[in-house]
Amino acid sequence: MSTGDKSSVLTVNGIEHALSESDLNMNLLDYIRERLNLTGTKNGCGTGACGACTVLIDDAARRSCLTKVSSVAGKRITTIEGLEQQDGTLHPIQQAFIDAGAIQCGFCTPGMVLSAYSLLLKNKRPSREEIRKGINANLCRCTGYQQIVDAVEQASETMYP
Amino acid sequence: MSEPSGKVFRNDAYAKVTGRAKYSDDLKFFNMAHAVPVYSDYIHAENLEVDTQAARQSAGVLAVFTAADVPGSVRFGQIEPDYCMFAEKKIMFAGDVVALIVAETREQALAAVDKVKISADPLPVVSDPEEALSPDSPVVREIKNSNLMNHHKMRRGDAPGEIENCDVVLEEEFSTQFIEHAYMEPEAAVCVPRQDGVMEVYGSMQHPFSTRRFVGALLGEPLSRIEVYQPPTGGGFGGKDDTAAVVCARAAMAARILNRPVKLNYTREWSIRESYKRHPYRLKYKVGLEKSGRVKAVQVRMISDGGAYLSVSPWVNWRSTAQCFGPYAVDHVYADVLCVATNNPVTGAMRGFGAPQVNFAVEQISDIAAERIGISPLDYRRINMVKQDGETVTGQVLDTHTVSLEQVMDKVAAEIGYEEKLKKCSRGTSDDDELYGVGLSISYRGSSLGAEGMDFCSSVINCQFDGSILLETGIHENGQGSESVMLLLLAEQLGVKLDRIKYKRSSTSNIPDGGTTVATRGTIMGGGAVTVAAQKLKQLIADNLYDVLQCRPDEVRFENDCILGPDDESKITWDEAMHHLFLKRVYPYAFGSFQAPDVSWDEETGQGDAYFTYVYSCQAVELTVNKKTGKIKLQNIVAGHDIGRAVNRAMVLGQMYGGIAQGVGMALTEDLEIENGRFVHMDLNHYKIPKARELPDMTGIIVENPDPQSPTRAKGIGEPALELIAPAIANAVYNATGIRYRDLPIKVNPEELK
Repeated sequence: MSTGDKSSVLTVNGIEHALSESDLNMNLLDYIRERLNLTGTKNGCGTGACGACTVLIDDAARRSCLTKVSSVAGKRITTIEGLEQQDGTLHPIQQAFIDAGAIQCGFCTPGMVLSAYSLLLKNKRPSREEIRKGINANLCRCTGYQQIVDAVEQASETMYP
Repeated sequence: MSEPSGKVFRNDAYAKVTGRAKYSDDLKFFNMAHAVPVYSDYIHAENLEVDTQAARQSAGVLAVFTAADVPGSVRFGQIEPDYCMFAEKKIMFAGDVVALIVAETREQALAAVDKVKISADPLPVVSDPEEALSPDSPVVREIKNSNLMNHHKMRRGDAPGEIENCDVVLEEEFSTQFIEHAYMEPEAAVCVPRQDGVMEVYGSMQHPFSTRRFVGALLGEPLSRIEVYQPPTGGGFGGKDDTAAVVCARAAMAARILNRPVKLNYTREWSIRESYKRHPYRLKYKVGLEKSGRVKAVQVRMISDGGAYLSVSPWVNWRSTAQCFGPYAVDHVYADVLCVATNNPVTGAMRGFGAPQVNFAVEQISDIAAERIGISPLDYRRINMVKQDGETVTGQVLDTHTVSLEQVMDKVAAEIGYEEKLKKCSRGTSDDDELYGVGLSISYRGSSLGAEGMDFCSSVINCQFDGSILLETGIHENGQGSESVMLLLLAEQLGVKLDRIKYKRSSTSNIPDGGTTVATRGTIMGGGAVTVAAQKLKQLIADNLYDVLQCRPDEVRFENDCILGPDDESKITWDEAMHHLFLKRVYPYAFGSFQAPDVSWDEETGQGDAYFTYVYSCQAVELTVNKKTGKIKLQNIVAGHDIGRAVNRAMVLGQMYGGIAQGVGMALTEDLEIENGRFVHMDLNHYKIPKARELPDMTGIIVENPDPQSPTRAKGIGEPALELIAPAIANAVYNATGIRYRDLPIKVNPEELK
């Protein structure tokens, strides 16, 4: 593990990355996609409206398109690629999205899963209304959200029986 | 009581939920350059001059292309070649692209945009479709001498004469707005010149074959030199045909001229600026009724805004014509449906395709008429709706399938408790701040293209000698789950385990053009082709293996991953069967094509067998309207659709919920504001599609009357799901407030509630 200056390091999915001056000036979404080639994080609008670019910053769901790398240096970032276990076992939220039929075009799915993750950390047994509130910043044009809400309910039961 | 989802199957779910799915912008190729489009500030202008010299000298810039650089045709289109893929001499609307900058990096390309100098002489902007029809109006499209893009008619019986003798005559006007598809993934393309001279195209698109035609036109090359692949596509909803294809064509042109891979990835702003929209309609109805509630005659005139280029407006308007009075049988109809060119954004295909606008009017008229006559809204609909063996407004006799509209309506009305709840509606008065209303609407929807197009599709089944199976169809995955449906259908046909079959995402070079994945035709046409191919394959297997099974070929059965004779004694496993065929030097391969049954149309009378089958639908909603704020809160939605047969139940429900959500947006929140041809906003912060909290839990009811004309017995659900919640909401808002809202989106002004 590096013990360097925290302001020039970003931990993404458990791996520390040294940040160059040009990295620090990028927005987090571009850094994740273009520098790290983690393309699971999507760019749906670039203006913070759609939530497709949602990542976890120290476990809180945030929009990476409006976040400067310099503002999160030293913090812990989790993208969709960091959610499954090393052996490829899916996180219960991911499995629940599959089982509930919550996936259509899939473009909102990574951000939606991470918003659900952040919600279930804070609220282990959310009501359907609380789930809707928890994913309200993530737009989906395909599903009408219903099976996504079903999935988060199912994941809650799997994670906290 | 929600429909149980049953087992969920999606072949792409794992890739999508792990972020592994590679969409077009996720692709990178060695030595790839980046392109960005350049727009002008003009809306309508002539004598366009584009000076690219300074931009070409900008750091990292490889080339700046304009119309002058196009090797093939600058103009192309699905119906008429009028769409300028690069603006040529004129600017027709805000989304016209005047140049394409290609640079080593995207940042470098973006930095050169402001260095392109554009000048032109402004022309008057034509932005009102009614004014555009006046002889004094400037003509928008220079290839025509009028702004009239198309005029469809229906002349059935003598509506103008009969209407004079009616007991009750209603005259009603409605309007609908520009709607943005707002697929979550903006357009993107990556084009790679291959060493054999073929241009490989990877793009976010709905229809690879249509894309190939656009690319071929711009490059001036034959279709065989262009191979289009469709990576996972982040939604389409009808919106990723022309524009998405043009994006691919421009990237391909840059890749061809520079002879290196080029990516053209759209921002949301460019996507909104350039992509076509749902047509705004103005609809004027005159409806004559008998005292009984029976509609005797209908006169209707619809004017739709076609924007600057034709796109598929005539087809959209044709559906509005064929279904001009919703699902009601009327003997006398006089309809005119016009599309008019303006300098507004281009309008074209969007899920629903000319039906949601019509239904918004017709299903409010149903409630208005019922109230005027003094019968229940359900009885009005029962009296007038199309029935088994009855005739539609186009003169088509519905005798080839089960006409289940009443069954569907009764199920939905019972589920939501419509009749009891109708009595409890506030009608503008309540003790507290919330006004309560329930509303309902019904529709029928012609499946697939109908008489608007050529309707056929193919499938290839290629069984491997190790027992695994490859499946391809000419239908494409836009997120709706078409590949999963095809896999389920084939597994059922062959009686094999699902995991034997791999869906081979086809390219345009290895399967015939199956037509666009539009018009709710994926399952009915693609599934039909899979069924035909599977039946041919089974025949081939039976003809070659009956002796092994010691029976006649017609006795061979396919069940439980085995091939059996008439009794369970004689059987071989699927793996053994494939090995036998190998030893016989027989390929277990089949090509199947399905042609839609005959349809017909007379342009002058608007009569004919418009579609070979119909989906029957009903949706109902409960809502409250806050007296102080005017805020509408949806409380409950129930949807019922007779789709013939559900192949993948969870995905059918997903289509229902998602379609309803888009219809809710049309009804309440979505309004793409255009002022004199100019976009007021080009982002999703202002263009508001429904969020999770704005939707209630919904109940989907799947009604299954198998359709004999569909090889799989299934019809489809994509568009029916969207086309009728807006009028149900309007009816519910009326029942809550006592005020009729005839213009979309519905905005309740609390002042009016006092």
